[in-house]
Amino acid sequence: MKVTLSVNGKSRTVDVPADMPLLWVLREALGLTGTKYGCGVAQCGACTVHLEGEPTRSCQVPVSSVGHARITTIEGLSGDGAHPLQRAWRELDVPQCGYCQAGQIMTAAALLKKTPRPTDGQIDEAMSGNLCRCATYLRIRAGIRRAGEIAAAGTSKPASVSEGSGGNR
Amino acid sequence: MATDKRDSAVMLALDRRMFLRVTALAGGGLLLAPVLEPLDRALAATKASKPASAAEARIGEFIRIAPDGAITIVAKNPEIGQGVKTMLPMLIADELDADWADVTVEQAPSDPARFGDQFAGGSRATPNNWEPMRRVGAAGRQLLITAAAAAWNVPASECDAAASKVTHRPSGQKLGYGELVERAARLPAPDLQSVTLKDPKAYTIIGTPRRGVDTPAIVTGKPLYGIDVTMPGMLYAVFEKCPVFGGKVTSANLDVVKAQPGVKQAFVVKGGAELNGLLDGVAIVADTWWAAKTAREKLQVQWDEGAAANVSSTEMAKRASDLAGTPPARSLRKDGDVARALAGAAKTVKASYAYPFISHATLEPQNCTARFTDGKLELWSTTQTPQNGRELVARTLGMEGGDITIHMVRAGGGFGRRLSNDYMVEAAAIAKQVPGTPVKLLWTREDDMHHDMYRPAGWHHLEAGVDTGGKLIAWRDHFVTFGEGEKFAPSAGIQPTEFPARFVPNFELGASVLPPLVPTGALRAPGSNALAFVFHSFIDELADAAGRDPVRFRLDLLGDPRVVAEPDGKAAYDAGRMRGVLERVAEKSGWGKRTLPSDTGLGVAFHYSHLGYFAEVVEAQVDAGAVKVNRVWVAADIGSVVINPLHAENEAQGAVLEGLSHAMGQEITIERGRAQQGNFTEYALLRHPQAPPVEVEFLKTDHPPTGLGEPALPPVIPALCNAIFAASGQRVRTLPLARAGLRWA
Repeated sequence: MKVTLSVNGKSRTVDVPADMPLLWVLREALGLTGTKYGCGVAQCGACTVHLEGEPTRSCQVPVSSVGHARITTIEGLSGDGAHPLQRAWRELDVPQCGYCQAGQIMTAAALLKKTPRPTDGQIDEAMSGNLCRCATYLRIRAGIRRAGEIAAAGTSKPASVSEGSGGNR
Repeated sequence: MATDKRDSAVMLALDRRMFLRVTALAGGGLLLAPVLEPLDRALAATKASKPASAAEARIGEFIRIAPDGAITIVAKNPEIGQGVKTMLPMLIADELDADWADVTVEQAPSDPARFGDQFAGGSRATPNNWEPMRRVGAAGRQLLITAAAAAWNVPASECDAAASKVTHRPSGQKLGYGELVERAARLPAPDLQSVTLKDPKAYTIIGTPRRGVDTPAIVTGKPLYGIDVTMPGMLYAVFEKCPVFGGKVTSANLDVVKAQPGVKQAFVVKGGAELNGLLDGVAIVADTWWAAKTAREKLQVQWDEGAAANVSSTEMAKRASDLAGTPPARSLRKDGDVARALAGAAKTVKASYAYPFISHATLEPQNCTARFTDGKLELWSTTQTPQNGRELVARTLGMEGGDITIHMVRAGGGFGRRLSNDYMVEAAAIAKQVPGTPVKLLWTREDDMHHDMYRPAGWHHLEAGVDTGGKLIAWRDHFVTFGEGEKFAPSAGIQPTEFPARFVPNFELGASVLPPLVPTGALRAPGSNALAFVFHSFIDELADAAGRDPVRFRLDLLGDPRVVAEPDGKAAYDAGRMRGVLERVAEKSGWGKRTLPSDTGLGVAFHYSHLGYFAEVVEAQVDAGAVKVNRVWVAADIGSVVINPLHAENEAQGAVLEGLSHAMGQEITIERGRAQQGNFTEYALLRHPQAPPVEVEFLKTDHPPTGLGEPALPPVIPALCNAIFAASGQRVRTLPLARAGLRWA
């Protein structure tokens, strides 16, 4: 079926089976591979995107059910990687393998929107559906707190560690 | 940015033993392509658990400098989350005196002739590469200083390098590395063996916190991982294997599957008998992965289930238990006279311990993209052992290794799972049936959990005694594991030097084996991740029987600071280094100094593995079976410097939390030759609310730096079990803890 979706502020039309989960539409039909497959049964959170701002496991959402709901993926969280969570994640170097981190950030972004300065208990509760196999949980917790500070200050403090300007290629 | 086209390449220096190739790049850049004999050979020869391939290490092309000063450093090893793509270039960059901000890191393809050993395993990246990578950087620095000295017509001894510039001290003149490349390309290359390495006090990058080079791409969702590989015209595949390990295809309803929407091809793949090689199965190739997976629901296969069809965990445990009363099939070590020592002991303790199969469960399921064109194969793989993968694919498909190109793609976790290349050879075999078309094979989570090379289960029947002074004098272990005859199944063995061997005067270790019908393999800290649990839990029982403090009892067991080694110097165990971390972790945790609530206890354990010395203390609260870990303290000795402390802390914390996860909930059970767990609903990994603070301290000692991927994990499991005992009096001898009625609070 032909479906028109609102993805990261753009209207995108795809021709896919009605029961195809949004995860696979994003990854294969739209080439947005930042959203990850981990379990297919809403247990790991790697596929988390926002539907109308709500963190949602895209592996469980048939594309036919999305309708006009606005979809935001990790690629659309900010134009340029400047979301406070992305800044905090870089500053604290949260990832190890990094595979779960898009899902972690999307869940955390929804948390911070509702609760700008969450307690550790609120962080744990909101994040309990997102597995990190490398168990970077402590850095994630610190990253969410740091993002809250960055957002509150409107700017980040100068970085305390340096990073290669060119980064990866 | 420099290209790697070498139209105007010139070879300027050649030493029979060792050479540095200096190559002018098209467009004016400089390529430093040092090739040296394996400096790690001497070092590695004295170390335990050295992968065989390390002996053939050759170091290839690592540094490119462009006229605009941009420096590209090639990272040679597979990145699986252990941070090696950042760490290895740090070694080169520091000795090169590069400004890290000028450095771009590039992932090497699999090419041992150019890059030497390329694998992720055994926490070997640091010990194997610590010296060779620094020599590569130092050679580059020396070359650039020589070039600058020539430009100024001054002695090189009057010049220094720092932050990608050479300075002439007397005059204060400076030239950037980019300005020197043209001249440097015309110079003879330094001899790598004789280049001067820095005084560690002069390090500017090594030992300083550096962010992962891929972190910016990770947090913005850029394509990075094996599963993200996408090519025009690419098709997607699923592969159904027999649910019983090693079963064969008898027949399949291929016509029905081929008629499903989106399906391009469906065919039977014939495999062999190697459980970590290509096994029989049915491939479905479709225009989307979802179509392939959906079509698979219509697939019906008749299987010949084979020899493993009757294997069950219950039966294995019963056989292992029955062996408790019998002597081991073979003896692995016998020191002193255990029977006599036990007879004369003040206290003796007998206990049986057990641990289950566990699955690696990398969050990125196994996958590989392959393209077979004109007899040549190209693979995009997350493998931890690309060269082994190439050999497996070549052997299985009847190809030459030289006709197989392997692109090393970042992996969403490794943990030892990707040491096996089963998914790679599957992708290759499938792509060969679809020539000219790239095919991405992706396993479902269920495929991944049902077809792992599991951490082997094991059983230990132990008996030990302490003397009237409370000292451990006798130890006997009958280890029941998997294997055939004298040969242990993969990762199911034990070294006869494993602690506390050599620290107890009367010591016996023997083993009996069950048939290896379940595929097993290395999982982070292989062997150690189970043995530490058994031995340090049992040591705790002995300390308790002797009425002694668990830390004091262990310090006495370690004895005087000294190195205990085999006559040939191998299997060296530095009791002094272990005492150091044990004493430090006791101090950090307030061991014996704090008053804890009656439902809260501290547990301690230490373990040496992968050249690292680790001691850990867990504080746990136990309330009617609900376990809350309040904090974990880690004291570690991995040598004189921690190369990237920013990542090291993260990795050590992750290893500790993974250990807690193993301990509480991870278990794969087998019934009728099938793994019973298929997804995270049935296989519980640690989650956010269960992650306690983990304080990590690295003691800096006068030893070469060693690896960190593995050795932080093993001690936390017995430390947790010992804390649970201290808090509740409950001694758990069978993992996971959930089997004993425990759960996370």
